Amino acid sequence: MAERSDMPLIEVQNLGVRLNTSRGPAQAVRGVSFSLKRGETLGLVGESGCGKSVTALSLMGLLPDSAVVTGSIKLDGSELAGLADADYCRLRGNRISMIFQEPMTALNPMHTIGNQVAEPLRRHKKYSAAQARKEAIALLDRVGLPDPARRVDAYPHQFSGGQRQRITIAMALACEPDLLIADEPTTALDVTIQGQILDLIADLVEERGMSMILISHDLGVIAENVQRMMVMYGGTVIESGPTDEVFRRMGHPYTQGLFRARPKLGARKGTRLKTISGTVPELADLPAGCTFSERCPLVIDACRTALPPVVEVGPGHGVRCIRTDVSMAANVGALSA
Amino acid sequence: MSVFVLRRLLTLLATLVGASLIIFLVLDALPGNAAQMLMGADASPDAVRALTVKLGLDQPLAVRYLQWIRGLLVGDLGNSYVYGTPVAGLIAERLVLTIPLAIMAMTITVTLALSAGIYTAANHNKLGDVGVMSLTQVGIALPNFWFAILLVLLFAVRLQWLSAGGFAGWEDGVWLGVRSLLLPAVSLAVVQAAILARVTRSAVLEVLREDFVRTARAKGLGKREVLWSHVLRNAMIPVMTVMGLQFANLLAGTIVIENVFYLPGLGRLIFQSIANRDLIVVRNCVMLLAAMVVIVNFVVDVLYAFIDPRIKVHDL
Repeated sequence: MAERSDMPLIEVQNLGVRLNTSRGPAQAVRGVSFSLKRGETLGLVGESGCGKSVTALSLMGLLPDSAVVTGSIKLDGSELAGLADADYCRLRGNRISMIFQEPMTALNPMHTIGNQVAEPLRRHKKYSAAQARKEAIALLDRVGLPDPARRVDAYPHQFSGGQRQRITIAMALACEPDLLIADEPTTALDVTIQGQILDLIADLVEERGMSMILISHDLGVIAENVQRMMVMYGGTVIESGPTDEVFRRMGHPYTQGLFRARPKLGARKGTRLKTISGTVPELADLPAGCTFSERCPLVIDACRTALPPVVEVGPGHGVRCIRTDVSMAANVGALSA
Repeated sequence: MSVFVLRRLLTLLATLVGASLIIFLVLDALPGNAAQMLMGADASPDAVRALTVKLGLDQPLAVRYLQWIRGLLVGDLGNSYVYGTPVAGLIAERLVLTIPLAIMAMTITVTLALSAGIYTAANHNKLGDVGVMSLTQVGIALPNFWFAILLVLLFAVRLQWLSAGGFAGWEDGVWLGVRSLLLPAVSLAVVQAAILARVTRSAVLEVLREDFVRTARAKGLGKREVLWSHVLRNAMIPVMTVMGLQFANLLAGTIVIENVFYLPGLGRLIFQSIANRDLIVVRNCVMLLAAMVVIVNFVVDVLYAFIDPRIKVHDL
């Protein structure tokens, strides 16, 4: 505890997750390493099925029982991988919290929102019912739910999607966690609401000095909301670095493809969106070498033999590619756009 | 809320009217004249006709139906053709047995089914789950009268713990009455419990896959706490629906089981009255059973609204 300031809050080393899917065992995540200091924000970006949600759930210890986790996850220096569920329960909702993608289904339809927000307080902080209720109203007020004192006894179906996401945020923040994991928190919401919710999360992260891992498939959301980012593909991190740095000079052909594929404002009508050819590989049968080799425009034989090592291409900017000399010759990123 | 209940009440009334019409028409269409049955095959046609008039059987259909309904409303069900005593009294003395039997059987059903269903869902695909589910498979396949005979053989004949049949009544203490209803209640309950256990298991498993279960886990609740505080209430809707339907099966089952155990209950009264063409008793008993089933399902409907807050709003 003495050297709290320089010790990373979360340190993940060589994380691997093996899942039993309907198509057989699959290595959903492999070789993921990162660390996060207190107050730092990290973005995880990638297509669905790339392993970003599995990475998040492994931090929460909420993977299915059949999942096999290897590697190390440390919170303030203490190991979380292999922790007994009862011990994990003391951390979840208390020191690590999570916001999920679907606000419409993330709340229990049978319980009042007040009780659901109060639940972690009663559990972790041993608040009395009255105390927890009072605090729940304050939290609901903080996340911008109108008239919380009156609506605290209402049920989830009486709220809109955006309001429900505010409620889940209040729930996640109840015990002032050190780390907030937001898994696609705005994907299911209207575009106009998305910005409000992201701003709310950003404000709360700053106000409470939390660390945050923000998961999104949307490069724009990542660019605006986190200090550092990791791009995942096929269960591996294929590029990571400070957000500004990565966006200035994208190193991996996949990151570049993702960047080119985003719709652009002011593009001429009828212009087709650029796409990455091929489809995301099934995690059950990933290629032997680079996970992106099947779709990569720059692929050479060497790519297919072994998982490429991480190449430092800038300060703190790593790319898991053996062809960065070619891929980074043409500048792809915010400067070229 | 009150609008919801009111609407369900209207449905209940309509169902009862429909049921009474069907019961009346079906029994009226049956071959066999009650007067002829009572007088015997060699009675003179004049005597039979006189009795027919006396019983009011010569009146038009609609008149007889309305007379019956009026009787139902004021509690005068007429006299049994066979016993000559008021039907209401006959039924009342049989209900003293059948209602406790139904309650016991339902209690056993629900207790067994909920514990088995929750246990198996919590241990999904583990040994206990597979074992209990195989048992329920056997339970569903059992004919209840055959299972009743097995129970009698074991507990009454071999072990001599309980009597093989008959009803001790409630006069000599509640325990004696309960004791004599124990085997019949278990026989009735086993099949229903097996079905309900499977329904409970799949309902709980379905809710366990819901997103809010993961949310609750993310708040730091253990698996067991999530099950009790978040899952069960959500899983209760399908379980209660089946429970309501099973109550009807259970009442139907009493007709057979009361015969197996020589219990002077409503089921046996119906059985005997059918054999004796005592149609006035049959008609009122069947109407009573129909009313019980409809009322139980009405109660289930109202309970939905208490369990699920979404229902109140939808129906207001």
